[in-house]
Amino acid sequence: MGVFGEFLKGLKVTGGVMLRTISGRELVTTRYPQEMREKPQRFHGRHVLNRYPDGMEKCIGCQLCAGVCPADCIYVRGKDNDPDNPVSPGERYGYVYEVNMLRCIFCGLCVEACPTEAITMTHLFEMSTTNRQDAIYTRETLLMDERGRVPHVFPNDPLADLSELDAADGWLKATAPAGVAAYEGFVMWRETPGPGDWSPEPSQEERDRRSETEDG
Amino acid sequence: MSWAEIGLVVLRVVLTFGLLLVVTVINVWAERKILADMQNRIGPDRAGPWGILQTVADGLKLFFKESVTPRRVELGMFLLAPFLAVVPAFLIFMMVPWGRPVVIGGNEMPLQGADLNIGLLFILAMSSLAVYAVILAGWSSGSKYPLLGGVRATAQAISYEAAMGLSMVAVVVFTATQGEGGTLSLSEIVTRQSGNWGDISPLFAWVPRWNVFPQIAAFVIFLIAIVAETNRAPFDLVEAEQEIVGFHAEYSGMRFAMFFLAEYVNIFSMSAIAATLFLGGWNGPTFEGVVPGLVSALLPTVWFLAKTYAIVFVFFWVRATLPRLRYDQLMTLGWKRLIPAAVVWLVVSSVVMGWRQFGPPWS
Repeated sequence: MGVFGEFLKGLKVTGGVMLRTISGRELVTTRYPQEMREKPQRFHGRHVLNRYPDGMEKCIGCQLCAGVCPADCIYVRGKDNDPDNPVSPGERYGYVYEVNMLRCIFCGLCVEACPTEAITMTHLFEMSTTNRQDAIYTRETLLMDERGRVPHVFPNDPLADLSELDAADGWLKATAPAGVAAYEGFVMWRETPGPGDWSPEPSQEERDRRSETEDG
Repeated sequence: MSWAEIGLVVLRVVLTFGLLLVVTVINVWAERKILADMQNRIGPDRAGPWGILQTVADGLKLFFKESVTPRRVELGMFLLAPFLAVVPAFLIFMMVPWGRPVVIGGNEMPLQGADLNIGLLFILAMSSLAVYAVILAGWSSGSKYPLLGGVRATAQAISYEAAMGLSMVAVVVFTATQGEGGTLSLSEIVTRQSGNWGDISPLFAWVPRWNVFPQIAAFVIFLIAIVAETNRAPFDLVEAEQEIVGFHAEYSGMRFAMFFLAEYVNIFSMSAIAATLFLGGWNGPTFEGVVPGLVSALLPTVWFLAKTYAIVFVFFWVRATLPRLRYDQLMTLGWKRLIPAAVVWLVVSSVVMGWRQFGPPWS
């Protein structure tokens, strides 16, 4: 048969794929805004500025995130806390915090650089805007509210999945909370201390003790 | 000619035209949907139920787009070429009988744009004319790639038209043995395919009297030739948009839409001609007396559309399956394979027909 045989073989392949697609066995695309695909746990979405459980902001205005950002898209200015009415537990807080989402490459280096886990990433990725000004996220857009919820960009969109705001993402911790590099012996990534309440980090001694029994 | 007759002529032309437009709109959508299915995708599903209004949305979009006129074009030809593409495409379908003649108010109205006694010749002439649109569009654009695309298209269309014409001739010769004298009229060719092959052998009494059974080789050659003639994959290097850029690179907006429309009208027209010549056109069971009269009057149209869409589906299927041919492969297939095959088949089938009709040559 030669050429014709090969031709029929090709037709069989495409025809078979068509039948399997129509019956739904091999469909690879989803009807996007209506049905969302489950995102990986360590998905890099838009940023969020976290708070402590008592409502204090975590950001101390140190500008390390701005310094490490390869796309140069973060702008931070710190300000001294009012001692009577502090915004953050530290000496200073970030009173201007802007992320230019048009420049951001979502590498997550800012998250790694942050000494207080103030900036983390979420699973939200729908950020289209109709003008460039709206693409610059300010403190108001980034900061989570007292209940630990992230402001949604399109809260009135009928297709917006607001429950997604509660989903925490995972991220790689480059440094220990105390800044001790020898913080090891356990899985190095976990869900972010994102919205809501969470238990405090165990100390190194506790980790080492636990790793002998569980993680090791 | 009475006013009623004139009205019926106008009615049947408008009906044919409307049918062609509607099926073309559906075809564009169906192609995207079927291709999507063959590539594990969903395809257009936003405009209307199952996305069936996608073509309308695309058409509206193109209608409101700017039709750019580049500075170095030959303006007259540049503006004329899209129309030269569309008009033959529509005229070809005017020849195709798409239903059994109906009787309205005592006047018989064939469901066909025009029943020329030289229908097949007219079809060949019109499909040759369509080549002018391509070469004129390519040349008048005043740009390199469209010009080269136009030259490619012309060579391709001429090569495959020969094979297409020869396979048609085989059918004409065969049809001449099926009734009183030869005919080029499509409605007559369809009429001669009614019934079944029971007179050859009682074994074949269930096989419809379609030309495809005795003329299977001509059918295959004709199918390949019309795919090339309508510039469809795998022979679409006329407008190979992915790599070598085709003749309508400089066209935009509604002018581009007309080339696009012509392509899809041609797919349907050519499939309809294949269904008419080889698959018995509108012939099929009409269940006269069992079902209401209106239904049995419309059933032939349903059979015709079903046969045509079977061939249109093959177009899409082949497009999803085969990669584009290289240009020398295209020419080799056309001149060294299809044309000799068509000539040999024509001679063999003519000899067999003559033998059956007039007896062996030594008698």
